[in-house]
Amino acid sequence: MYPQVLFQNRKPDRIATLEEYRRSGGYEALRAVLQSKSRQDVIQQVAEANLLGRGGAGFPAGKKWALVPDDAPFPRYIVVNSDEMEPGTFKDRVLIHADPHTVIEGIIITGYAVSAKKGFIFVRPSYESCAVILEREIEVARQAGFLGDNILGSGFCFDIVVHRSGGRYICGEGTAILNAIMGKRPNPMKPPPYPTVKGLFGQPTVVNNVETLAFVPHIMRNGAAWFKSLAATESAAGTKLYCISGKVNRPGCVELPMGVRLSEIIEEHCGGMLPGSEFKACLPGGASTRYLTPEHYHVPMDFDSLKAIGHRLGTAAIMVFDHKTCLVKVTLNLMQFFARESCGWCTPCREGLPYMRDLLERIEYGEGKEEYIPQLRSMSQHLWNAYCALAPGATCPVESLLTFFEEEVREHIRQRKCPFK
Amino acid sequence: MLFDALRESLLQQIAQAEHPREKAIDVMCEIQKHYGYMSDEAMKEAAGLLGMTPLELEELATFYDFIFREPVGRYVIQLCDSAMCLINDYETIRDHLCARLQIGMGETTADGLFTLLPACCIGYCDRAPAMLINRKVYGYLTKQKIDEILDKLIAEAKSS
Repeated sequence: MYPQVLFQNRKPDRIATLEEYRRSGGYEALRAVLQSKSRQDVIQQVAEANLLGRGGAGFPAGKKWALVPDDAPFPRYIVVNSDEMEPGTFKDRVLIHADPHTVIEGIIITGYAVSAKKGFIFVRPSYESCAVILEREIEVARQAGFLGDNILGSGFCFDIVVHRSGGRYICGEGTAILNAIMGKRPNPMKPPPYPTVKGLFGQPTVVNNVETLAFVPHIMRNGAAWFKSLAATESAAGTKLYCISGKVNRPGCVELPMGVRLSEIIEEHCGGMLPGSEFKACLPGGASTRYLTPEHYHVPMDFDSLKAIGHRLGTAAIMVFDHKTCLVKVTLNLMQFFARESCGWCTPCREGLPYMRDLLERIEYGEGKEEYIPQLRSMSQHLWNAYCALAPGATCPVESLLTFFEEEVREHIRQRKCPFK
Repeated sequence: MLFDALRESLLQQIAQAEHPREKAIDVMCEIQKHYGYMSDEAMKEAAGLLGMTPLELEELATFYDFIFREPVGRYVIQLCDSAMCLINDYETIRDHLCARLQIGMGETTADGLFTLLPACCIGYCDRAPAMLINRKVYGYLTKQKIDEILDKLIAEAKSS
């Protein structure tokens, strides 16, 4: 059993209470920070810990906070991204249901680090239970003096509100989420200005994922060196919430050292492949990442190790496919998702994704032609001209399907049907 | 016209926000709880409460999955059709729901009880195949389980 940080209070059947969180050292970090640390101290310690953003992009959290200039105007805001609509990803939901106060304390300390006055937790409608839990526990934290005016007598004032979304994938994008909260149509906005300079309501705003901020109290309490030592690989830091679904015996969300090998995750932490199933491929971090194949089966699952072989960790939502799964069908499904969820703002995304979906649909249903393969490849490249990261992410499964499973695609075209049917 | 108590409660919610527009989704969802969907009249009135033009609110209403601009059934079923549900028997579940309710995706039953909608990944991949009914999640779906859920909801509707 590896050390559990975010899941140390996780129970099989209920949510950890404030008392349980406090017994495990909860809110000690907040007290210590407010008593004796400056905002720069907090930023520096989180930067030293090498806490990389857990929402998919892996941007260093300390570095992001330092982008809020000292003389930036007030009020400043924190936006906590719990939109989590990347297919395969459900770690934030499990985290909020396990120990909501580690999330809340993390947001408060982050608020202090950037001198913010308010945090918005952005929750998708299919996570209504998360919104209810957070609202209830925020009130519990407020009653205990951890939120509101003059927190723990320090003079620091900060509060958190839950913002319910109306439900669209693009809202999880780091700038679209700002428009969504402001009650505008949630199209992305191309920086500069970056949200840290001009974000929510034109004010300096830090946008972070829920899991990222949940680590902050633990880093402040136990130190940067401790956090780095938790990882399984040299360059990585901390633990990671991996959520695994698909053709394994025990799908679910587990906390493991960052950089644990894919093979270990599947075999030891998910009970292995289903009986009669062989590992064929997986998407390592949601639908916007490239397929990993049996040749990558032992890769360490951290940002650097995957980058080194041309892949991405993304959200570490591992979707596992077996030898009986048609990857053309799966990729078609993912493209259907992206085509639907495109916000329609820019042409490459709005027009390109349905085009690629149609080519894949024809291939899957026996109307494919050889020339579709180079067409899909060139479209994959063109989509990198899109306005935000949605469309480039969407090309990852298609491009990697053609790289690693071209023969399977060609077999569809040759047989004029799906060979898995 | 919104009834007075609802209008009052919406105005109170809006007053708590720093910027009224922040509450646009909450206001529409609250109205939908009472009327099921956002009628043209409700759109105009909600926009007025939020200090927005009806067109600005329309930009949001037509953008989001959970805002309905047409009447929907008492129970809105949003069936996840993304990758993990797909490889966990989604098609069987979809076909069974359509056959049982005698409607296609995007349609409402004649008795006005159920609306069946496709949904992008709802974040319950560990419990696939999964669906939401009025935002409540139901996972590990089988034909039998669907029958039980629908029977229970039909009985609930009859008794109220």
